[in-house]
Amino acid sequence: MEECTALQLRDGIARGQYKSFEVTERIFERIERREATIGAFISTFKEEALEKAARVDSNIAAGRKVGSLAGVPIAIKDNLATRFGTTTCGSKILANFAAPYDAHVVEKLEAADAVIVGKCNLDEFAMGSSCENSGLQKTVNPWDASRVPGGSSGGSAAALAAGMCYGALGSDTGGSIRLPASFCGVVGLKPTYGRVSRYGLVAYGSSLDQIGPFGRTCADAALLLQAIAGHDERDSTSIGETEAPVPDYLADLDRPIEDLNIGVAREFFEAEGLDPAVERAVREALNIYEGMGARLVPLSLPHMQYAISAYYLIATAEASSNLARYDGVHYGHRTGRPRDYLDVYYASRAEGFGAEVKRRIMLGTYALSAGYYDAYYLKALKVRNLIRQDFQAAFERVDALCCPTSPEPPFKIGQKVDDPLTMYLSDIYTISANLAGIPAISIPCGLADGRLPIGLQIMTPAFTEDRILRIARMFEAATDYHARRPELKL
Amino acid sequence: MNVQTIVGLEIHVQLATRTKLFCGCKLGFGDPPNSNVCPVCLGLPGTLPVMNRTAYEYAVRTALALHCQIARFTKWDRKGYYYPDLPKNYQISQYDLPLSFDGHLEIPLEDGSAKTIRILRAHLEEDAGKNLHEGLDHSRVDLNRTGTPLLEIVTQPDLSDPAECRILAEQLQRLVQYLGVSEANMQEGHMRFEPNINLHITDDDGAEYRTPICEVKNLNSFRALERSVAYEQWRQKQQWQRDHAYTQENHGKQNRGWNDDRGETVFQRAKEEAHDYRYFPEPDLVPIEMDDAWLAEIQASVCELPLARQRRFIEHYGLSAYDAGVLTAARSTAEFFDEAVAARGPAKRVANLITQQGLKIANERGCAVGQIGISAARIGQLAQLIEDGTINASAAAAVFDTMLTDQRDPETIAREHRLIQQSDAAALAVVLAEVLAAHPQAVADVKAGGKKTKKARGFLLGQVMQKTGGQANPQIVNTLLDESLQ
Ligand SMILES: [Zn+2]
Repeated sequence: MEECTALQLRDGIARGQYKSFEVTERIFERIERREATIGAFISTFKEEALEKAARVDSNIAAGRKVGSLAGVPIAIKDNLATRFGTTTCGSKILANFAAPYDAHVVEKLEAADAVIVGKCNLDEFAMGSSCENSGLQKTVNPWDASRVPGGSSGGSAAALAAGMCYGALGSDTGGSIRLPASFCGVVGLKPTYGRVSRYGLVAYGSSLDQIGPFGRTCADAALLLQAIAGHDERDSTSIGETEAPVPDYLADLDRPIEDLNIGVAREFFEAEGLDPAVERAVREALNIYEGMGARLVPLSLPHMQYAISAYYLIATAEASSNLARYDGVHYGHRTGRPRDYLDVYYASRAEGFGAEVKRRIMLGTYALSAGYYDAYYLKALKVRNLIRQDFQAAFERVDALCCPTSPEPPFKIGQKVDDPLTMYLSDIYTISANLAGIPAISIPCGLADGRLPIGLQIMTPAFTEDRILRIARMFEAATDYHARRPELKL
Repeated sequence: MNVQTIVGLEIHVQLATRTKLFCGCKLGFGDPPNSNVCPVCLGLPGTLPVMNRTAYEYAVRTALALHCQIARFTKWDRKGYYYPDLPKNYQISQYDLPLSFDGHLEIPLEDGSAKTIRILRAHLEEDAGKNLHEGLDHSRVDLNRTGTPLLEIVTQPDLSDPAECRILAEQLQRLVQYLGVSEANMQEGHMRFEPNINLHITDDDGAEYRTPICEVKNLNSFRALERSVAYEQWRQKQQWQRDHAYTQENHGKQNRGWNDDRGETVFQRAKEEAHDYRYFPEPDLVPIEMDDAWLAEIQASVCELPLARQRRFIEHYGLSAYDAGVLTAARSTAEFFDEAVAARGPAKRVANLITQQGLKIANERGCAVGQIGISAARIGQLAQLIEDGTINASAAAAVFDTMLTDQRDPETIAREHRLIQQSDAAALAVVLAEVLAAHPQAVADVKAGGKKTKKARGFLLGQVMQKTGGQANPQIVNTLLDESLQ
């Protein structure tokens, strides 16, 4: 059962083959063994999880109807509000913050009878590409403890890769699901903006943030997405059921797409710092698709080169406003002895926020300031529109775009912490999908040096998660990268 | 020297929605601190605003009444500033695409003329909470008011004296109450005013000066508004007289507060210290698109406006400007009047009954005239009885008082209280003949003409009234008297 996927486990539990209680106990055994090294969880809920698992078991035994994730141990990123425990966002400023409400996706997981085992580490307020910006703890890559798990949802990806859960939720603003999925050798899906309600997701860049699943397989990602997708009236930006009904993501998953046209943008392989191993793996993946009858269509996304600049203006501008509320007045960290009321703000924020968060708040504040707004924020919005149009034009010709998820395999801890600009380049392939609001998935497609995961990114038009999953599944069915596991001697 | 006062007004009107602008918390006044709050209006991490559609409709309804253009596409913006009563440290407002713009409101001036004040824009935004400064070392924050829908109305600088400012504010209060979009209760702070004042001075040499624009913040009464503008008129002129370099050009705009006890404005902030609010589009809310159907629906909810109604009452019913003003002060009164007239009550009589008796009682009881216990239809019937001479004015007053607790029709009540006028000429002639026979001296006085006539006539009329228990129709008696004494 260790090697089960979430879907297999779910079915096994439903059949009575496994007991959720035992499965959950085993998960916690593993957490207790491995967590000291991995550091994936900020908080775990053993007692509550076992209680929930037992309840699911007894419901199943009694023949009662249970949810789509009944008894499956799931981990969630710690920027999703929960009534239980804390919601820290990996920040000292919220280290003791207990939310009085559950995020929409948490309600959905509960309704699906999932067993939430813990809340995972992240770069502070989801700002980072390596998980090193967490203000609370370090997470390492289960494949190589000297390397980063990717960020910002590094804890979720590492927990899954290290077998400490069967599926996980993360959030993705510029690649925060896909990059760690790529680094940790799992599947990570960023849905279309508006597909999943953001209610209860602590905002970083509101117009870019989207919650999505991590799974060991495409089917697991589909299973989790199914559980959390759909309209929520508490999030005005979540799409209505009539405009974009949620399809059954598992129904046609195994059915290959015929006459598949895959777009390969010239820019994909021109990117600065593209590691040869990554390029090889991705080209190999494209060959595999071609071998399955897909047609590779060369094209161009001319504005992709501006994506990082536009992203770091839009995301930071929104962040500077979103994070204004952490002021020491109402909740969260408050400085010990403020000189006056302004000092409550200054000192609380100076003490509570880490360096990267401060850097982005300052960047965003600058971009929105009088006299600079037009030159920075407004221009970034225009670039965003152009990028959107690039994708629209591309999707008139092709069904999907394929490229690397990250320009390189997981890098060493500490390698880039002092060089934010180099760190920002880690997101060069992932950011565009957030700016365009389209879905994007990362699936394992190789191992650099035979031991460091490489991810293949697939992008499709808005609200075609069913298509993206099927395309990803075609590759998965033809390869065994998804079945590789890190060698954990723990 | 010529001095012109230039005033533009910003008015915040609290909308009377059941719930807040972006969450489901109820609007309340005087509730215990922080009792009407939820994760959304507390600005807790991860929460998102959801627009209250009714608030938007109220805002558009008001804008339509102000003859504004209604934007078919608008959005929300964040206005950033740090203050403890603002839990998100930004306010959701509308910046460059307000829901309405380019309107006007006609106001009646004290000399009987009217003036049109142009409206620059009207937009929606959320209110902040309240800081309670209660100790030297700490303050408390009450967030009950946070998220209350406010309609901000901005006029062009078309106002030219303190009275005009007050009148505009009063007209606006009546308007929003009419429209049912706000209680506009001044005591509960439903209306707040911020006048922007400066002077355009032309000295005797023809040189022109403009004093610095001063914005007086947060006024919450008509009186404070009028007084603060008057004070600024005086102060700016004084200051300019002392120093002709006291100009907008040199000093820029400033903010001032109002000290009501001392009756003066106090300097708060100069231009250089002005906030950079760093407005940007609110990413958590979708833009609003208003289609024809929705706009038509709101248009249909705009009732007849106070000034138009006032004019109709004067022109159509021949009411005095004063009565028309009193009757249209509140929409409920005006509707009550219309209803009574519709029930075939003669307009002037109905107006008298409402203004002289109905409103007096309503004011004493602090209720609407429709709630004093007499229906509009009954008022119409009573007015008709006066009009056709069935009862006289003093009897009508008595019947009115009885009707407050007696649901029967006024004629039945008048009959029961023997208040019906005696209009039967033959019967009255008999009574009159008796009176004339009994008082020959008075008859002689009348016939003699001169000084005593009037007094003697009054005496004879009084005798007839006495004999008929006050029910004789005086007009008929007078006619009979003329006939008998010719
Ligand atoms: Zn609320």
